Amino acid sequence: MSNTLQIGWLIPILPLIGFLINGICRKQLSKTLSGLIGSGVILASFAISLFVFFQVKNGNTHLAHYFDFINTESIKVGFDFQIDQLSSLFLLIITGVGFLIHVYSTSYMHEEDSKDFAKYFSYLNLFVFSMLLLVMGGNYIIMFIGWEGVGLCSYLLIGYWFKNNDYNDAAKKAFIMNRIGDLGFLLAVFWLITKTGTADYHEVFANVSKLSTFDITGITMLLFVGATGKSAQIPLYTWLPDAMAGPTPVSALIHAATMVTAGIYMIARSNILFTMAPFTQCVIAVIGLATAVLAATIALKQNDIKKVLAYSTVSQLGYMFLGLGVGAYTGSVFHVMTHAFFKALLFLGAGSVIHAMSGEQDMRNMGGLKKYMSITHITFLLGCLAIAGMPPFSGFFSKDEILAGAFAKNPVYWAIGVLTAFMTAFYMFRLYAMTFLGKFKGTHDQEHHLHESPAAITIPLIILAILAVVGGWVGIPEVFMHGGHRLEAFLEPVFAPSNALVEKHHLSHSTEYTLMAVSVGGALIALLFAWNKFSKYQKTEAPESGIGKVLSNKWYVDELYNTIIVKPIQAIAAFFNNILEKKGIDGFVNGIGKAVNYGSRQIRLLQNGQVGMYVLLMVLGILALFIIQLFLVK
Amino acid sequence: MPIYYYIVLAIALFTIGIIGVLTRRNAIIIFMCIELMLNAVNLLLVAFSKMHNIATAATNPTAAIDAQIFVFFIMVVAAAEVSVGLAIIVMMYRNTHSVDVNFLNRLKN
Amino acid sequence: MFGYSVTFPHLLVFVPLIAGLIIFFIKKENSAKAISLFASIVTLSVSCFSLCYADNKDLNWVPYEWLKYIGSSFSLGLDGMGKILTLLTAIAFPVIFVASYKSSYKNANVFYGLMLLSQAGLMGVFLSMDALLFYFFWELALIPVYFLCSRWGGERRIQATFKFFVYTFAGSLLMLLGIIYVYLHTDRTVYAAHSFSINSFYSVVLNAHQQNWLFWLFFIAFAIKMPVFPFHTWQPDAYEQSPTSVTMVLSGVMVKMGLFAVLRWLIPVFPEAVLNFSNIVIILSIIGIIYASLIAIKQDDLKRLIAYSSIAHIGLMCAAIFTVEQIGIEGVMIQMFNHGINIIGLWIVVELIERQTGVRKISQLGGIAHTAPFLTIMLVVIAFANIALPLTNAFVGEFMMFNGLFKYNIWYTAIAGISIILAAVYTLNMVKNVFYGNSNGLTVAMKDISLNEKMILCVIIVAIFLIGIYPQPMLDMAKDSVSLILSRFK
Repeated sequence: MSNTLQIGWLIPILPLIGFLINGICRKQLSKTLSGLIGSGVILASFAISLFVFFQVKNGNTHLAHYFDFINTESIKVGFDFQIDQLSSLFLLIITGVGFLIHVYSTSYMHEEDSKDFAKYFSYLNLFVFSMLLLVMGGNYIIMFIGWEGVGLCSYLLIGYWFKNNDYNDAAKKAFIMNRIGDLGFLLAVFWLITKTGTADYHEVFANVSKLSTFDITGITMLLFVGATGKSAQIPLYTWLPDAMAGPTPVSALIHAATMVTAGIYMIARSNILFTMAPFTQCVIAVIGLATAVLAATIALKQNDIKKVLAYSTVSQLGYMFLGLGVGAYTGSVFHVMTHAFFKALLFLGAGSVIHAMSGEQDMRNMGGLKKYMSITHITFLLGCLAIAGMPPFSGFFSKDEILAGAFAKNPVYWAIGVLTAFMTAFYMFRLYAMTFLGKFKGTHDQEHHLHESPAAITIPLIILAILAVVGGWVGIPEVFMHGGHRLEAFLEPVFAPSNALVEKHHLSHSTEYTLMAVSVGGALIALLFAWNKFSKYQKTEAPESGIGKVLSNKWYVDELYNTIIVKPIQAIAAFFNNILEKKGIDGFVNGIGKAVNYGSRQIRLLQNGQVGMYVLLMVLGILALFIIQLFLVK
Repeated sequence: MPIYYYIVLAIALFTIGIIGVLTRRNAIIIFMCIELMLNAVNLLLVAFSKMHNIATAATNPTAAIDAQIFVFFIMVVAAAEVSVGLAIIVMMYRNTHSVDVNFLNRLKN
Repeated sequence: MFGYSVTFPHLLVFVPLIAGLIIFFIKKENSAKAISLFASIVTLSVSCFSLCYADNKDLNWVPYEWLKYIGSSFSLGLDGMGKILTLLTAIAFPVIFVASYKSSYKNANVFYGLMLLSQAGLMGVFLSMDALLFYFFWELALIPVYFLCSRWGGERRIQATFKFFVYTFAGSLLMLLGIIYVYLHTDRTVYAAHSFSINSFYSVVLNAHQQNWLFWLFFIAFAIKMPVFPFHTWQPDAYEQSPTSVTMVLSGVMVKMGLFAVLRWLIPVFPEAVLNFSNIVIILSIIGIIYASLIAIKQDDLKRLIAYSSIAHIGLMCAAIFTVEQIGIEGVMIQMFNHGINIIGLWIVVELIERQTGVRKISQLGGIAHTAPFLTIMLVVIAFANIALPLTNAFVGEFMMFNGLFKYNIWYTAIAGISIILAAVYTLNMVKNVFYGNSNGLTVAMKDISLNEKMILCVIIVAIFLIGIYPQPMLDMAKDSVSLILSRFK
């Protein structure tokens, strides 16, 4: 069968080739060349993704089998790629945003040695490869390959500046927390394989009715554990803020736009399983909401520009999970898309600021950057408006859809979600005002050095800003325009099985208008309040107190984990190593040796060299034999 | 004479030999005691042989002299043993000016 | 041999055996090295050919006369499982010889001679189709290692070797006892009242009681060799004290003897007892997995860290074997090979670091990535293969083994699965503290690795990815052996 989508394998292979070239020839390549190769392969992938996307849009989907990965009597796992609506959308996001970030990086990382520069691009290409594998895989195993692959790249890129041990610790933490999630994912896959005999999406989804409720709940809960690790949800979210140790474009690509949304992709992909497990859905909604609130509160009090964005990412991911939990799959995927645009924009803008400030990340030392960097300023403002959910920017549409879904499920979800949206508007404009408005508060040297960034940085910013503004227009809700939700229509085939199972609650138009008005109005008030308050911000030395202190210390969650998990494990390990192993098992074994040694030394004393003694023993022995012979043997 | 007499005599000789070996320290006396023990056994062999010869002569005339042949073997071995043993004792006397076996524990070092 | 046509199994055993014996008489160090390398490469090529020619079900060996009147014959056969392990043995030795080419050993001829004898023994173990012959090769593989450890080892070598010797020898004797007992219950053959041949062992009829205690005789012997918790304490000492090339043999190939023996001589011979005791063995293995992983976190010596990590990995393989699930055992087959490749790679890196800096203490090293980037890349790849990252070889094996274990019991899998988290902890700690961070006085002068070491590590890495991406040929090789093993459970 020849299908034009057969060329889909080129999409992940191109970044892999880029990785190999940059990785192997990193000593020979000049910076320009490795930058060109690194970005070029992604651009080519993007072009093919566009082609694929339009094919899929015309109704052409494809499942390609390349070769058998594991094929035994009990299980067959093929190296399969599935190209359908959902994956083609993600392909566009990954390669599109990925390309812009590659271009951005050529300028941002320009101060590195050419060897390290090539290394950076090879890692970045490897990441894109893994991410593409993740979304293109035709079964859970291939998805898992990408799943761990992106974790590895995240590890490598967070620890990119490996001289700094704090960065290495952050990288390690990210990898280990991801592995905890991965264990959940793996167990879910084993469960699926044991019950259905396959890991292929289409077969699993076709046989889903054969699974008992217990099985489905177990499987989905474990899958969700995997998602909490990768997508930084409670309880495994603490790695993401630490991951800001990596270069800023990495944060934009991996820790905002793509990798952290893998969990959402996975759940959206398995939507039928989750729809059939209402308990899990409830858990997802609650965890998502709790994460959204928790991260938003922490973001209120952070002073590191990247940390604020990191917590905002965690919070937005919480939103997406809320959407998944209430069954608004399209809304979540929609929010993944818009979030990719505006959060990548914000991170890249923050990178531009950090670049201009010569590596300074503390917002308290910024201020008044508006007049020095006008493009960064304007694009950043657009990003802030988008994330704050101001109409008609993209964030408004996607967030609104999730909130509407939440309201239909349970108004309490909606209320908490809206509260989080207010906080989002507040901390984003706190960030904006402290950075761009008011007076410059840094050192004189820094002020002298301030400049607008070069074109390789500003052009991606401009493109992303445009996307952040118009990106939401593919999903205009029914109330505004009939047939306006083009995305929902596009994704319909993917979510059709779930939609068939649950009847949609349609909110009346008046309710929907009220909901929108409340969320936009509240966010606007929070926004203006923050604008007003923090544009006049002055540095104070007074330490935080009360709830502010708890928030700026991130609810002491890291300390809590340290006390209840890390330290006990270390203590048990030390106990095993020092006591049980050395004194216990080895002591027992050596004890046997010592006992034999001691016994031999005692018995040796009989061999004293006295002839008389030997003879006496001999006689006694013969006597004993006589006695045995005479009395004991019958 | 009943076989019983021979057995008692042999036991007496053997016991004297054992006690002598165990209690005396003079190598030559120990040697003589060993000879006593061997001869006690020889005596028994001959006595039993004679007894069996009477019992089985009619059916199997050659069977009964086995034990007497054994006695010759033992004598030969004993003679060999004495020659080697006495040689050792002579060497021992040359080195230690004593025939006390307890001196032999020096071998240990 | 013996006037008959020579087959692959015979070549695999006799090339290293004869080369080993010859090398004892070659006094010059360099020629001893060269000849041993040459012999091992010849063995490797024989092994590669055997992959193409012999078929996977080949238990139809030709028995050559050996000890005819007690029912033992010199029979060597090559089935799928044997192919995988002989290939591992054949790859391991040339790699070890090249990697240690720069190390100089006193009495090099004796050293290399013993190494080759050990290789011959290993080959024999994997090829024997006769229980007595198996025992003979088992000892032939081990005894050279005792000498190698005790003559060329580290400071506490005598103590460590003694422990190793007593442990493994006690196990071997138990096994010999068991072999003789089973032998006495086999049927009559043409020449003798009983037979040691594998077919007689597979068809022997034993009641449940006999099976139960014979199971433990065999299992303890193999458990010591693997090693399974709590029989493992000889291993870290022996790994630490042996010269690194011997450690590579021990951990890369020799621990597979235990697993292999369980698969070939334990599971099919005592099926009832296996079902009786599988739960106990799996629990022991899982305790061992977690226990060893936790201890590995606390190790400061690179060699001990790898030793404990190896105990954890072997524990998983042992657990997977005793699930008696098709997929789990196939996973073990492929994982035996993968574990051998990966751990030899790790040892090579340790050897290179120790040769340059003179220390193995993690706390004293740091920042090697600055001075030796190539070495670092190699280590990171091998270390990630060791913790079973997808697209590396170990993932395939671990995936299948966990899958088999999951079919047996969900909770066991969940608990054993914790080890993949702990493995990440100790591996990343090690990578961080040894390679990243700032370099110190010891590591600042390090040079990157030379060409032949690069070549060897590249071979290992190619193998890692080849099997990681396309494991199917190896799985096909293992398939028939697994079916044979499981055929007694139907």
